[in-house]
Amino acid sequence: MKILVMVKQVPDTATRIRMAPDGASIATDGIKWVINPYDEFAIEEALQIRERFQGEVVVISVGPQRVEEAIRQTLAMGADRGIHVKTDAGLDSYQAAAALAAVARLETFDLILTGKQAVDDDAAQVGPLISVFLEIPQVTVVLKLSINPDTQRLVAERELEGAIEVVELPYPAVVTAQRGLNEPRYPTLPNIMKAKKKEVRVESLEALGIDTVPKVRVTALSEPPTRPSAKILTGDPIEAAQQLVNLLHDEAKVL
Amino acid sequence: MADDILVILQQEAGKVRRVALEMLSLAQQLRPGQVTAVTFGPDAESTKDVLGRYGADRMIALNQDVFAHYSSDGFAEAVRQIQNAVAATALMFPATAWGKDLAPRVAGLLQAGLASDCTEIRSESNGRLVATRPVYAGKAFATVQIDSPVQIFSIRPNIQSVKETNRSAEPFDCPIDLQALSFQSKVVEVRTQATETVELTEAEIIVSGGRGMKGPENFQLLDNLAQALGAAVGSSRPVADEGWVPHSYHIGQTGKVVSPNVYFAIGISGAIQHLAGISGSKYIVAINSDPEAPIFKAANYGIVGNLFDVVPAVTEAVHRLKAEQ
Ligand SMILES: Cc1cc2nc3c(=O)[nH]c(=O)nc-3n(C[C@H](O)[C@H](O)[C@H](O)COP(=O)(O)OP(=O)(O)OC[C@H]3O[C@@H](n4cnc5c(N)ncnc54)[C@H](O)[C@@H]3O)c2cc1C
Ligand SMILES: Nc1ncnc2c1ncn2[C@@H]1O[C@H](COP(=O)(O)O)[C@@H](O)[C@H]1O
Repeated sequence: MKILVMVKQVPDTATRIRMAPDGASIATDGIKWVINPYDEFAIEEALQIRERFQGEVVVISVGPQRVEEAIRQTLAMGADRGIHVKTDAGLDSYQAAAALAAVARLETFDLILTGKQAVDDDAAQVGPLISVFLEIPQVTVVLKLSINPDTQRLVAERELEGAIEVVELPYPAVVTAQRGLNEPRYPTLPNIMKAKKKEVRVESLEALGIDTVPKVRVTALSEPPTRPSAKILTGDPIEAAQQLVNLLHDEAKVL
Repeated sequence: MADDILVILQQEAGKVRRVALEMLSLAQQLRPGQVTAVTFGPDAESTKDVLGRYGADRMIALNQDVFAHYSSDGFAEAVRQIQNAVAATALMFPATAWGKDLAPRVAGLLQAGLASDCTEIRSESNGRLVATRPVYAGKAFATVQIDSPVQIFSIRPNIQSVKETNRSAEPFDCPIDLQALSFQSKVVEVRTQATETVELTEAEIIVSGGRGMKGPENFQLLDNLAQALGAAVGSSRPVADEGWVPHSYHIGQTGKVVSPNVYFAIGISGAIQHLAGISGSKYIVAINSDPEAPIFKAANYGIVGNLFDVVPAVTEAVHRLKAEQ
């Protein structure tokens, strides 16, 4: 099995988001960059599949110079090699997916794994877009994956609102990972050492023929509306509880 | 035709989710040409009355047997063919598990831009639509412009009020070339999880517990309050990680993003990753023994106290209120 894992580097979830002076992006100074949390499940799944069926795990990431560090982290987890599509351009989901699909086409693969969504743009688009561009089927938000190499088919369980859906599909395919799929491993010291020697190939958007005119543009970015400061009730729990219910009924009018 | 909107929605046994009606109301509010609802499956036609009542001018019912079970590639190709026939300027999908699977696939086939999980859409004077969507899990709001000729949006449930109209949806026969459709990815089974309460992302009220609950046995307190309120139960992440509650309860940046009318955060400290998932709530109520807990900064109402005393008292007070009503 040759598995490609698409990994995005995003601000740590504990980061406070501040607006940049341009009013349409975030201030990036002081941000700690991490692997998108859902992509860790994708990497772990790929490593487990390789342990079962042999093969290769290749990590691909599109982004600026700093992204190399995220790729190195996945190599330290156990991925075999990395491909860095290096660009400073702010791409939309469509272009990022086009670039990733272009690399995938050149690499060839049995399976592509991505996260269910990136926690920066929260788009949840890149996985399905890659699968359209490569004309292969998809299954998203996957909690459980089984692979049958004899029939070249997958059975996946995906999360719906209040239900689990079981989906069958042939592969090559795109699978997007949801939390619960597995428990991502930590890099071990020997693997961290080995990772330094693993190959990270650099590609450019130009060579891949990706046009950088976005279809979706962020024209403004703002802070979420602030709430008026809270009414805090203290003292006897029974009285406080009654006051709370009165406020929700009379003032907020939600009960 | 110019300014037509296609609203793609899901039905099950003739029933549609509330978000379907929210999308139709939103589409009508944008004053377009025609609003055409598209729905799938053997019972598709029986949704005609309700779709008309909430704003569909036309309805395309894909009731062929092949649409009985969802297939992302089959359904997406069908939508592409419909769009080619009707040439709408905008498509709307629900930002549910179903819509989030289908919308990007359609966007790829139509080579169109998609804005996911929008909380607001308005029309500009030039007739183009502009969306607002939360990014960084609600830590910021982006205004987004889609430059492709066709604009695609997925709409977050619970953000739009519904409005009845006196329309009735005209059935519209849009022939589909079934031969051209592949159904590679196929749903073979749906297992509904045995939950007595409402699904979190659609709930009007959520009662959520954190590590302050001390153990799984105490979630009965929250179940009681939820029952009194007709609410759904959720949790912070560590509580789900510990296995006190199922993973599906987990709310926050890496869990569910919810937008209820009222969110009760009980024994939850209010970490930034948790707040990210609840910022769309209209009212936040915090119950916590620590007056310095950050959750109070995010809340509209708070009770400082021991949740084991406060929660049963709130449940009692709700029962009294409901008895009066
Ligand atoms: C990558 C990443 C992603 C994350 N994503 C999420 C996410 O999506 N959602 C999420 O929730 N967290 C997430 N977290 C974890 C987050 O950082 C916090 O650790 C977590 O939200 C804390 O959970 P808590 O509030 O239940 O527990 P605690 O922080 O331990 O808070 C417990 C609270 O209960 C109160 N308490 C204790 N006893 C009582 C009592 N008897 N009566 C009343 N109050 C009491 C305490 O005062 C305290 O405020 C994430 C972390 C990381 C690193
Ligand atoms: N720039 C990128 N480089 C590599 N993978 C990406 C990139 N952007 C998105 N992805 C992948 O696509 C998934 C969904 O991202 P998004 O559609 O942006 O929410 C992520 O979890 C990644 O697996």
